[in-house]
Amino acid sequence: MTFLRVVWLVMRKDLLVELRSREIVYTTMFFAVSCVLVFAFGFVREGQPMEDVGAGILWIAVAFSGTLALGRAFERERQSETLRALLLAPVDRPALYIAKLLGVLVLLAAVEVIIVPLVALLFQAPLFRHLAMLLALLAAGTIGFTAVGTLFGAMLARARSRDVLLPVLLYPITVPVIIAGVRGTSALLQADPDPAVARAWLSLLVSFDVVFITLALWTFEPVMTD
Amino acid sequence: MDFDSLTFHEVTRNFGRRRALNRVSLTCRAGEIVALLGPNGAGKSTLLSIAATLLTPSAGAVRYGDRTARTGGSQLRARIGFLAHDLFVYPELSAAENLLFFARLHGLADAERDVDAALAQAGLQDRRDDPAVSFSRGMRQRLAIERALLHRPRLVLLDEPFTGLDDAAVAATRARLSSLRESGCIVLLTTHDLEIVEHLADRAVVLSGGRLSAVDAGGTSLRERYRQAASS
Amino acid sequence: MQRLFLPLTLLVAAMFAYAPVMIAQAPFESTMLLVQKIFYFHVPSWFVMFSGAFLCAGASVVYLAKGSRNADHYALAGAELAVVFGLMGLITGPLWARKAWGVWWEWDVKLTLALVVWLTFVAYLLLRRYGGAGSEKLAAGVGIFGAANIPFVYYSVNWWRTMHPKTTVVPTLREGMRGTFWFCVLAFMLLMVLIVAARVRLERQRALVDDLFLELED
Repeated sequence: MTFLRVVWLVMRKDLLVELRSREIVYTTMFFAVSCVLVFAFGFVREGQPMEDVGAGILWIAVAFSGTLALGRAFERERQSETLRALLLAPVDRPALYIAKLLGVLVLLAAVEVIIVPLVALLFQAPLFRHLAMLLALLAAGTIGFTAVGTLFGAMLARARSRDVLLPVLLYPITVPVIIAGVRGTSALLQADPDPAVARAWLSLLVSFDVVFITLALWTFEPVMTD
Repeated sequence: MDFDSLTFHEVTRNFGRRRALNRVSLTCRAGEIVALLGPNGAGKSTLLSIAATLLTPSAGAVRYGDRTARTGGSQLRARIGFLAHDLFVYPELSAAENLLFFARLHGLADAERDVDAALAQAGLQDRRDDPAVSFSRGMRQRLAIERALLHRPRLVLLDEPFTGLDDAAVAATRARLSSLRESGCIVLLTTHDLEIVEHLADRAVVLSGGRLSAVDAGGTSLRERYRQAASS
Repeated sequence: MQRLFLPLTLLVAAMFAYAPVMIAQAPFESTMLLVQKIFYFHVPSWFVMFSGAFLCAGASVVYLAKGSRNADHYALAGAELAVVFGLMGLITGPLWARKAWGVWWEWDVKLTLALVVWLTFVAYLLLRRYGGAGSEKLAAGVGIFGAANIPFVYYSVNWWRTMHPKTTVVPTLREGMRGTFWFCVLAFMLLMVLIVAARVRLERQRALVDDLFLELED
């Protein structure tokens, strides 16, 4: 059973389960949209959005939706204790981590497909000018956020007060992701876009991803076994 | 890798200030069914979880043949089948999909055929494509038993396998366990159903307040002997 | 450590008693005058906070790798130190900033980094307190991630801030100030050692009591 095959099997199972009920997908998407709308009410003055808010709102919506999706995904595992069943299987534990990570990433990618155009529309933000760079930033940032979130979500799956502890633990650690994501996106949205700056932020995000995914792979097994 | 015995050596497990298991020593051999009896909260599920490598003992050791959970690694897990109190069944997936997932996860060569056989054993072929959430407790229990046995494990750990089963299912499960014994498996099960287990188990042990004591063999009914052992 | 505890306590007490004298005698800094003297306690507080954070992370690594209960005690002590001394820094900082720069808070690198690290270890303590059984291992993961995060927060806030005008005034250490500064740093670090020792001992006693409860059941 190669590592990749295990990842594929578990991820496929997660997506299949999700597709049956579509509960997490619908609720997370709706949450993301309402998040953006609430910000619209907060930050639009006299019919004109305040400058520069597009980038911030986009990333905050991603962060909040991500936290929600992670919480729900692990809540579902907890209910049938199936996480323990996965730990019983003769597979590499880190493969389970990667599978869960990819599952949530797919979900968040779907959410971002909806809210990126929505933010562009509501906040008159020219998000499609440097689309490739924007997508790279979103990808690297979402991966970083989800990498830490998946580990913490799995850790907390059987803990008390897990609903509130997940954001409490997750947000301080993902501060660099938010800063880099927002500043990088801003650099692309401003009147005189600066792709070089965006590239610098992208490299920070990528190194964050590499470091924290590695850390998570090392700590997943000791943290999940009792 | 295969092994002929499961040995608990002075196994102790604490949860904070509570001692769930207190220096439990027990050996189960291949071709043997051992019944683990005892009142609620005695530590039976904890002992099974430790045997399944899901928990580590606070003190003492568990040996599978001459290996431990650490040295055995993931290969050891491939030889263990565990039916826990929580059934480990995905409610959104159908019976067939559940079994197929676990079969593939265990790397079984002919997954589909094994799944078909398992569904036949559980008597669930006509419900194979229905989501598990629509099953009754008994049906889910039968499915879970098959899931635990799908990969033909050497060590079979069953936590209350007869819960929710009707007479026919009980008889079928008893026959299944007997044939596992014939094929040289080590079977350790917990139960409250003394009558069912009476002529099935080779040995019975009682876990009470975290401590293990043996139940005398032969003589009066199991219920009598159990009462004796539990009150001593 | 037992034997050293009392002499060390006396030494630290003496140092803290003498420190205000040294501080009063230290020369004034050119622009901020008297206000700047809060720096003698403010900076060592941050030293202790970061030392606590790294102690927590290091002990957490040992705890996850070896399962040593002792390492867990040190991790908890480190985290508590980080939170308490971080709070001191977060209070003395704005007090100083208000007088020196006219604002209570500034999003500069050091302040933001300190705030984020402080929040991480507050989260660590919340997890240990409210996470239920087995949260020591989970908290160890948080401690490690928190420390690993420090360079990333530093760089991201640093780049972020270079796009905005800087208003921090970094005091250069003149002759008379250097001695006082290092004296205070030493006092704080010794205090930290003292507190870690006391805290770890307290946790060990607690673990001992738990063990005794367990033995009662034998």
